[in-house]
Amino acid sequence: MNSTTALAWFARHELRLAWREWLAIMTAGRRGRKRAALIAVIVFAAIMHLPAYAVIGRFATLELPLDRSALIVMTAAIFLAWALMLSQAIESVTRVFYARADLDLIMSSPARLADVFSVRLVSIALSVTAMALLLSTPFVDVLVIGGGLRWLAAYGVVVAIGLSAAAIAIALTVLLFRLIGPSRTRLVAQIVAAVIGAGFVIALQIAAIMSYGTLSRFTVLSSDAAAAFAPEPASLVWWPARAALGEIEPLLVIMAGALVLLGLVMTILSPRFADVAVRASTNAAPNDQRSPARAFRAGSQRQALRRKEFVLLRRDPWLVSQSLMQLLYLVPPAVMLWRSFADSTLAIVLITPVVVMAAGQLAGGLAWLTISGEDAADLVTSAPLSPSRMIRTKIEVVLIAIGLMFAPLIFALLFASLPQAVVTALGVIVAAASATAIQLWFRVQARRSQFRRRQTSSRLATFAEAFSSIGWAATGALALALPIGALITGLITAAILAATWKISPQRE
Amino acid sequence: MKPVESALQVRGLTKRFDRLAVDALDLTVQPGEFYALLGPNGAGKSTTLRMVAGLLRPDAGTVGVFGIDALANPLAAKRIMAWVSDEPMIYDKLTPLEYLEFVAGLWAIDPAISEPAAHELLFSLGLQPHLYERCEGFSKGMRQKVALAGALVHDPRLIILDEPLTGLDAVSARHVKGLLGDRVRAGCTVIMTTHILEVAERMADRIGVIAAGRLVAEGTLAELRQQNGHHSLEDMFIALVGAETETAAA
Repeated sequence: MNSTTALAWFARHELRLAWREWLAIMTAGRRGRKRAALIAVIVFAAIMHLPAYAVIGRFATLELPLDRSALIVMTAAIFLAWALMLSQAIESVTRVFYARADLDLIMSSPARLADVFSVRLVSIALSVTAMALLLSTPFVDVLVIGGGLRWLAAYGVVVAIGLSAAAIAIALTVLLFRLIGPSRTRLVAQIVAAVIGAGFVIALQIAAIMSYGTLSRFTVLSSDAAAAFAPEPASLVWWPARAALGEIEPLLVIMAGALVLLGLVMTILSPRFADVAVRASTNAAPNDQRSPARAFRAGSQRQALRRKEFVLLRRDPWLVSQSLMQLLYLVPPAVMLWRSFADSTLAIVLITPVVVMAAGQLAGGLAWLTISGEDAADLVTSAPLSPSRMIRTKIEVVLIAIGLMFAPLIFALLFASLPQAVVTALGVIVAAASATAIQLWFRVQARRSQFRRRQTSSRLATFAEAFSSIGWAATGALALALPIGALITGLITAAILAATWKISPQRE
Repeated sequence: MKPVESALQVRGLTKRFDRLAVDALDLTVQPGEFYALLGPNGAGKSTTLRMVAGLLRPDAGTVGVFGIDALANPLAAKRIMAWVSDEPMIYDKLTPLEYLEFVAGLWAIDPAISEPAAHELLFSLGLQPHLYERCEGFSKGMRQKVALAGALVHDPRLIILDEPLTGLDAVSARHVKGLLGDRVRAGCTVIMTTHILEVAERMADRIGVIAAGRLVAEGTLAELRQQNGHHSLEDMFIALVGAETETAAA
């Protein structure tokens, strides 16, 4: 086999691995579900055309030349998509660094490592780009149907977004390795990914609240102030937007730019990638995480279990990054709350659904980690503690953690509006309890490290959890604005929960 | 005179998954005995011990642990038992000491007793330099030793071990064997599955051979030699298991 054939063969191998990993996530690791998963993806993509139409259908008729406001909104949307892709790419890169178990085989083979790792980098870039294309297809389709074939150029922009996001993600992760070492890179990369993914939207929301007292991001983007600060229409800043609208020259330039960027990253980093990958796999969890010496503490069996759960939650990298993200999402409502002290506004009601939704989502994750993600299941099962007491203790841990996280915000809300604070507190409790109950009904034995796959192990539980959080968030908001509406949404959400319980495996 | 209670008395224990895994098994282990349970892969050894440890509910049969009906009163039985599986499942984010503190807490052991015991166990297993390091970077052998220390920290009367020497180096294996030997000499009962016949030969007071979910031979090494006419345990094992496998296949 010559080197080109060998590389092509390795590329096929990499793509096959990526495909199977994706398929395993989609089918929850169960064989024989390939067709069902593929049909589900197609149906999902078809359904996604509806929200896509609702969001950007009205922009389909846009034509060049655009005014500054339209350019700003479009460029911001493209930047947001790029930031989300970068966030996803960082997650993919760290997964490849830490999770692939074939390094020994690759390193011991007679293949040239720089070439092999170049292929691996390209495969990461292609995976990220494929995901970008998959997610953007409904949006671009809507634009093509409504505004003509010129919008097909948007696919080129999506490809450029995917390739450049992958290139930056690889460079950023390798840089983190150099700066802080392999053990901390995993956690920091997750946090960076979360911050990048959410940061742009949140910054826009805070700007909107500070300037206009609203949570709408478009208010800032389409404001006169933004237009006044924006560069001239001929500026390079607008080229991605112009490319998406079908202008050939900017399209070719940004696609070429993305390819050159990826090429540069590969040329510079491929020779070092082997070193980084080996250090990540052998040193992913070095013994530099020490805990201070202290005496054993007395207490009941349940106290011992609670202590263990709290220590593990505190030391869980996923939880740290997710909590940070939830806290970031809570920053805009907190800013709005702070602003409302000076300037009373009805918009403060919006805080309640955001907080309730965040509590439900976080409780779902926490409940999975404590109830299903028990790493020493045999130990806990063989202990002289009844299963019901054990589960009760774990539920307590979830609810206490949620209480600790959300109590300060609700306490602050007390000063702005007592009824709203009460409604928000009730919403948080009910949403957290519902999400925990769903995780309890659908519990499976798993390792904590399998957290990423929790949403595919039971799609029913995932959807039920999402609908429950959304339902209780809506109920909370309506309880403050339209109580009769709250009664209806509350009953619907309770019915969803009852139906979920009825078909849950734990009921059998 | 009060009759001596068996450390373990299993009668008619049955478990079926896709096929019959354990088939009306009877087994008795005396207090202070080191009992080795041998058998080929899939013979039902682990399933049997998991049912004894309360990790799996049998379809039929009884399990008595020092006179306690383990199926009717599982918490009382668990209080005096310890289980170590072949896959050491410990918490990556806890240190060995924190893990042992948690185990001692689950068994409601007074810290005044469990803390010195934990230090002594970890020291005897060679984990002294790693007391305050999180287990996430530990090798399989180190994790196995932490799991074993966890099983011993609450001073159980019956220790059940499923392939405890898997993944241990020679020095660690000797540490573990020494520790188990000490416990047996102190009156503790040990039941262990192993594929390392030499360990069973050297350490076990009695050996049981299980195949296709049934106990096909049992006794001291000398008794087994006498019954089967083979000098080495390996020859005996292959003869017993091979014959049983052929019968099952027929």
